[in-house]
Amino acid sequence: MRVLRSRTALLFGLLVAAGLLFVCLLASVRFGAARIGTWDVISAFIDYGGSEDDLIIRTLRVPRALVAALVGASLAVAGAVIQGVTRNPLSDPGILGIEAGAALAVVASVFILGASSLTTYALFAFVGAAAAAVVVYGLGTLGGVMTPMTLVVAGAALASLLSSLTTAVLIFNQRTLEEIRFWLAGSVAGRDLELLIQVLPYLSVGLLLAFALGRQITALTLGEDVATGLGQRTAWVRFLSIATVVLLAGGAVAVAGPIGFVGLVVPHVAHFFVGVDYRWILPYSALLGAVLLVSADIAARLVLRPQELPVGIMTALVGAPFFIYLARQRVKG
Amino acid sequence: MKEWVVIRPRGGRVSLRIDPRAVVVFAVLALVSFAGVVANVGVGEYPIPPLDIVLALFGVESGDANYGFIVNVLRLPRALVAVLVGAALAVSGTILQGLTKNDLAAPDIVGINAGAGLAAVTLIVAFPSVSAAYLPPAAFCGAIVVAVTLYVLAWRGSSSPTRLILIGVGLSAVATALTTFMITFGEIYQVSQALVWLTGSVYGRSWEQIFILLPWLVVFMPLAFLRFRHLNALNLGDEVATGLGSRVELERGLLVLASVALAASAVATAGTIAFVGLMAPHIARRLVGPAHGGLLPVSAMTGGTMVVLADLVGRTLFAPVEIPCGIVTAVIGAPFFLYLLYKTRKT
Repeated sequence: MRVLRSRTALLFGLLVAAGLLFVCLLASVRFGAARIGTWDVISAFIDYGGSEDDLIIRTLRVPRALVAALVGASLAVAGAVIQGVTRNPLSDPGILGIEAGAALAVVASVFILGASSLTTYALFAFVGAAAAAVVVYGLGTLGGVMTPMTLVVAGAALASLLSSLTTAVLIFNQRTLEEIRFWLAGSVAGRDLELLIQVLPYLSVGLLLAFALGRQITALTLGEDVATGLGQRTAWVRFLSIATVVLLAGGAVAVAGPIGFVGLVVPHVAHFFVGVDYRWILPYSALLGAVLLVSADIAARLVLRPQELPVGIMTALVGAPFFIYLARQRVKG
Repeated sequence: MKEWVVIRPRGGRVSLRIDPRAVVVFAVLALVSFAGVVANVGVGEYPIPPLDIVLALFGVESGDANYGFIVNVLRLPRALVAVLVGAALAVSGTILQGLTKNDLAAPDIVGINAGAGLAAVTLIVAFPSVSAAYLPPAAFCGAIVVAVTLYVLAWRGSSSPTRLILIGVGLSAVATALTTFMITFGEIYQVSQALVWLTGSVYGRSWEQIFILLPWLVVFMPLAFLRFRHLNALNLGDEVATGLGSRVELERGLLVLASVALAASAVATAGTIAFVGLMAPHIARRLVGPAHGGLLPVSAMTGGTMVVLADLVGRTLFAPVEIPCGIVTAVIGAPFFLYLLYKTRKT
């Protein structure tokens, strides 16, 4: 099953996706709690006057749109890599408990160390995500491949364990709860460029590494034996893939909090367009993931206006039914 | 081979085959959980010596006239709720693990808890004026709605354990997202209350709650226990079960019903106490082996013991500050879970 058959079509599709992303980014800058006209948006860029609208555009909306795009791309690529390496269509960083690990680490840091800035959150989120990823993903791949079922159940159980520990911490401290609850829902609101620049190295290294691994992951999806037969050192590829997922998912959660299901849905969409070759799935996932999260963020801002919904809730409400649909379609027996 | 004791009346068509080891283990666990109840009742602002508790339980007047009231009215219900809820969760988990042949299956992860949690948190946060008495029925409805949706969605001509679990994970995610929404936008004080409920606690439970919980256990525990033979068969796979004469869909439906009803009534009474439904069946299997005839009752007793002891620990560890027993079970659950994950990987 693949819609785009020739190489030219694939490249053209990539261009279209990039165009779509650009449009979404513009829309994200245009729409929001404060009503700002299209012309004012343009003037904020070409004729910066320092008016309130200009400030909103430059310091709030543009960074936010960029953060959403980058986080979406990272989560989607992380999801694609996990799905490929574990040969499991039902996994993503959220389902496997990686994001719950980040959440627990951040809540613990607020509670124990009194951390209060997004930068500190980012650091701890990264550590927590990495730890959880190594536990579940390492166990799932290093010692032979788990069945999709076992891996998903293991991840779900890990996630539920971690979140009950998170709740435990929150019960004891209302201040921690007050500070952290919006972060916990997953949101790109109020992220500035500085924060983005801090995690940019991780995310870009992760993305490059993932793109470089495209051919190897494609071979792995054919099975361990085939990959070995093709001359691949599979253990090494798996290790690099874990590293990629930790960099991408850890970095994404560090910026935006736990945002689920982007990594689940997007690779399937990419797969629909380009088929089974990860050299194409990965770049398509990156662009489509960015498109998805930027538009989800726009929707999250508009549905409850002037309140805004954390985008993580938005993606879960769209993504979880998709997961159920997949489980219904794919699981026969 | 195990030594079985078989009781068969002369000419009778019914026989009872009992594993003596399961009986012994069950008795020992029952004693431990009784000791747990007594210890739990004795601890508090007004400590009561164990002997006086036992006397008070049997209605005998002893040293202090207040003992009877404190023991039977104030403290005993709480300890009993702990035992009952633990037993219900454990049986629910045992059934799910048996049906799905998956060591990690439990009511926690198939969305039953998440559905109950969503309903309860919505009630606490969105309708703060509604009396707390409506919490259990609301939570129960939440769990049942999720369970029915789960079964309907997982049905494609026939039910499949794998689909049940995976779709449960998905439904759990939906319910959790909506719960997060409530937590994010609710009044901070009510959110705090809701979180305590979400963690699971038997604080302040009275006889009233026990009388609401008990009928569910009385109906569905025996239902599960009596269907142990079919659970054994289904555990071997649908083909084998069919070959052994089980009506697969009917039996599976009944067992799922029992599992859901038990989990839902437990969660409605005490909130979502984590990991009892996951851990208790494993411990019980270690003790008496995988045959469900002995496993189900032993697992129930294990669960009851776990929760009553967890509550004891939670009350005494940082007294006078009380830790909800759900936190204690979660903390104990963490290393246990990693061990299970490790074991699952190897096989």
